[in-house]
Amino acid sequence: MVDTKVTLSGIVLDNPVIPASGTFGYGKEFAALYDINCLGTFSFKGTTREARFGNPTPRIAECNAGMINAVGLQNPGVEAVIAHELPEMKEFFHKPVMANVSGFSVDDYAYTCALLDKEEQVGWLEVNISCPNVHNGGMSFGVDPKAAAEVTAAVKAVTTKPVYMKLSPNVTDIVSIAKACEEAGADGISLINTLLGMRIDLRTKKPVIANKMGGFSGSAILPVALRMVYQVYEAVKIPVIGMGGVSSAEDVIEMMLAGATAVEVGAANLVNPYACRDIIADLPRVMEKYRINNLTDIIGGAHHG
Amino acid sequence: MKQGIYTIGHNRPLTADVWEMTLLGDTSPITAPGQFINIKLEGLFLRRPISVCDWDGEKLTIIYKVVGKGTEQMSRMGAGEQLDVLAGLGNGFDVQKCGEHTLVIGGGVGVPPMYSLAKALLAAGKKVTAVLGFNTASEIFYESEFKALGIDTVVTTVDGSCGVKGFVTDGLPANYDYYCTCGPLPMLKAVYNTAPTSGLLSFEERMGCGFGACMGCSCETKYGNKRICVDGPVLEKEEIIW
Repeated sequence: MVDTKVTLSGIVLDNPVIPASGTFGYGKEFAALYDINCLGTFSFKGTTREARFGNPTPRIAECNAGMINAVGLQNPGVEAVIAHELPEMKEFFHKPVMANVSGFSVDDYAYTCALLDKEEQVGWLEVNISCPNVHNGGMSFGVDPKAAAEVTAAVKAVTTKPVYMKLSPNVTDIVSIAKACEEAGADGISLINTLLGMRIDLRTKKPVIANKMGGFSGSAILPVALRMVYQVYEAVKIPVIGMGGVSSAEDVIEMMLAGATAVEVGAANLVNPYACRDIIADLPRVMEKYRINNLTDIIGGAHHG
Repeated sequence: MKQGIYTIGHNRPLTADVWEMTLLGDTSPITAPGQFINIKLEGLFLRRPISVCDWDGEKLTIIYKVVGKGTEQMSRMGAGEQLDVLAGLGNGFDVQKCGEHTLVIGGGVGVPPMYSLAKALLAAGKKVTAVLGFNTASEIFYESEFKALGIDTVVTTVDGSCGVKGFVTDGLPANYDYYCTCGPLPMLKAVYNTAPTSGLLSFEERMGCGFGACMGCSCETKYGNKRICVDGPVLEKEEIIW
């Protein structure tokens, strides 16, 4: 009997598989299809201080082995999430959930996280710092170690829940950002967010997406994500959640060998709504195939000897 | 919504680039005309959303226009081949909302969902008139199928090569008390502005998932934000913000 359990900042997950934020809503569309309590947990839709409609459409473009999205953080706002989504979620998901938070100022992050900190259902805060900072010319918090550290410290000051900083891959040195977050008190690092990309429609000769650019995700980005997880694992002592292009049990194991304690699955959910359920069901078979008894034992395995 | 493996019954061209395909399998997830299915194709990342033209207990019929890699691949498939399909997506047309004399107005590949809608309206005891718009005579399909339902069927062509010359709005009859329509956005807007009655309009948008998870196809309405894939594709005239 193989052991798929992992521990993420003191909370035991039945398995390391976590649907990634933005691909799983607040869970209900998937709970209608299967019992989502089979998941390790899930990271809910990126939530902001105020309600947001997001970007104009088209927001989606297809790519080889992936897709681009420019949804623009559409969400009902943290107060509505606490008033409506979390109580509803309690009915169909009985494990601690990962609360994904975005903001456009340090104050936004602190405000939203302080409210979510009071929610018993929330096990972890996952803080997305790929958003533009309105107080710094729209430059993303995630591209500057100082800004990333500021957000980390501000969030840590308002919560006792474990804080995972979700990093953007669109940087020259991912390690410096991860270390800045660790030094500012982060409990863990989540990576990678989507890669900035674009597509152009040959008929209209214009970008497919109304926002022109968007985040590239899907199986095509797995090697980039693995490389960054590998680099960050070497540089920090805190746990890493790995994501980017994961769509199979083999990918989960590869991500863990690179250094991930848990693994998020994103775009795959949109193509196969049962993707996470299927990956979890397939994990024991793949573990046996590669003679893995205990998933915790393989975390960072590619770095040793 | 339900995922299933469907077997192609037939796949035949109706015009130079419009094809009709039947899929044999579980049609129980389909509950209303105007719903769509989302088809996984080999080597392509996202599924292809296609509206359901008709269905019975054993098979569903889709009509698609070859416009890109996905539909091109579909056109090369044959009877007996299998497809991974999410079926029963979207709200579809609510026949209960329709009037005693309802127009079904379709433009191009917006025509197919009007076919099962017309059948459902007839089954509900309502009078139906079909207005089907195409660019030119060679692009017309399903005219005889609509006529075979025993309903008045007006065909319009932009170049006047068949039927009424002009757009669907040039072919609207004098009297009706409701309409349902599906077609390109400029056509929906023209119908909205021309028809004085209430109606239901079916919209298209680029989708990620097709089942409400990704927020890729959101739109703003007078009734709040909606996802075209699950809260639509059919919206009420009164809620639409252009």
